[in-house]
Amino acid sequence: MTVAPKREAYDVVVIGAGPAGLAAAATSAEAGLSTLLLDENIGPGGQVFRAIASTPVTDRNQLGADYWVGADLVQSLRATSAEVIHRATVWSLDRNLDIAVSVGGASAFVKAQRVILATGALERPFPIPGWTLPGVMTAGAAQTMLKSSALVPDGRTVIAGQGPLLWLLAAQILRLGGRIDRILDTTERGNYFAALPHAFAFLTSPYFAKGLAMMREVKAKVQVVSGVTELSAAGEGQLATVSYVAGGKRETIPADLLLLHQGVVPNVNLAMSADVEHRWDDLQLCWSPVLDASGNSSVAGIAIAGDGAGIGGANAAVVRGRIAARAAVEALAPAAAAKLRSMAALRADLAKAERGRVFLDTLFRPAPQFRIPSGDTIVCRCEEVTAKDVLDSVAIGATGPNQLKAYRRTGMGPCQGRLCGLTVTELMAQARGKTPQEIGYYRLRAPVKPITLAELAAVPKSEADIKAVVRG
Amino acid sequence: MFRRSEQDKRPQVEIFVDGVAVAARQGDTVSAALLASGRDARRSTAVSGAPRLPYCMMGVCFDCLVTIDGVGNRQGCLVPVAEGMQIEIQKGKREIGK
Repeated sequence: MTVAPKREAYDVVVIGAGPAGLAAAATSAEAGLSTLLLDENIGPGGQVFRAIASTPVTDRNQLGADYWVGADLVQSLRATSAEVIHRATVWSLDRNLDIAVSVGGASAFVKAQRVILATGALERPFPIPGWTLPGVMTAGAAQTMLKSSALVPDGRTVIAGQGPLLWLLAAQILRLGGRIDRILDTTERGNYFAALPHAFAFLTSPYFAKGLAMMREVKAKVQVVSGVTELSAAGEGQLATVSYVAGGKRETIPADLLLLHQGVVPNVNLAMSADVEHRWDDLQLCWSPVLDASGNSSVAGIAIAGDGAGIGGANAAVVRGRIAARAAVEALAPAAAAKLRSMAALRADLAKAERGRVFLDTLFRPAPQFRIPSGDTIVCRCEEVTAKDVLDSVAIGATGPNQLKAYRRTGMGPCQGRLCGLTVTELMAQARGKTPQEIGYYRLRAPVKPITLAELAAVPKSEADIKAVVRG
Repeated sequence: MFRRSEQDKRPQVEIFVDGVAVAARQGDTVSAALLASGRDARRSTAVSGAPRLPYCMMGVCFDCLVTIDGVGNRQGCLVPVAEGMQIEIQKGKREIGK
């Protein structure tokens, strides 16, 4: 399905085919709006429903009922007239709602009346010593391979970090017959007390019983070390050992694969490049867009749904997608909104889906030493810049992430800050005695994903385009 | 590091990694096929030449950069394998013209 969009303009363009994007596109198309869904991956599902239409893991119990919910979402979307393009990389979105998308090596341009960004989340950087070694990956990476290619860890495998995804991944690996030697839980002891006041809401959320059962399932089969306060990976050109401190005692174990996870954070690149205002979220420790109750951002016509709107999980993402789409329908075709679920009902759905979130956010708030590295630990993987490099630059006058680019090229490699941005902000904030909000973030610009010069040069040009740049 | 679960019944697809035939499965991404192959698929970075393997597998880290059918710096985790695909492991900087 790597063909260019059929039209030049759409009522609604949804970007990202995860839970929020699938739900938003279906709702918008159901109401009769011309709808285009652009997605970077091979098939629908985003990360949580990765490979939902193609997974070779056919035993439904192995991936769990929560995964297969995604199949219904895909089916609902396919029943509509929405145009869906996969392997489509959106590299530009601006205030005029002009979208540039790369499909099959060529760029196309479409205009939207409304854009719903559903670009989801990515895993929070986990900058420990040795995290760039081959053999160190994110837990999400292992889960992606498990869902889309039925691949499971085979050698000596250590999973380290915290959060619901970590336990889900561990359970899935074990169900598929994969190997896990040890789980290193980095949840801070103090977080259990801090989370206690929010426990009641969590006890009544659907996550509680499921989470508990999954942890029991994993703990019955794998040695779990809790209260891990230090973590590092080492090896010559390849991971060889994982070192950790728990209860004041250091241990070093041999390992072929280390899977890291300390929660997910909004993937802000496209939204920020479109000038959407973001603010630092002190509980979730990340940038979240400033949105109204319908998901509308500070840029007229751009709404954000799903985890890109602030981490809420898959159930909340689906509802946020429906809310954003309903708001678009209300604006563009008010009469058609009547046949959709009412906004009041959707908001009630959302409140239900978000129940217990504050508990999870508080319990799994990552510890400072796993967010703010020191010494020779690499901060920027692309440009290979260490924590010490960043601090040295602060000492000679770098004031924030954008100045730091000129000093060290942080955030200027191909990942465009996705893997270093939060670390740089927090590290510089700490060094300068300021808040992350005051320190700010990289100024992000299109293209938000690298495209070749040849692709840009091949873009059709009008007479006026040529006159604008050619002399004489 | 990884092995295939026995339940995987997808048809095989033959790709070539630095000229050597490697069996992948239909629907694998290039990165997944490389990691499943058991071969040394480490690229080396443009900055220091440090060895790397894919880190995120979801299109954000760019540690899976690979040359596919002559085009350099492709994100191997976003590209599905195809019969006869030619993969080159990147060592150092991308070359001009690739």
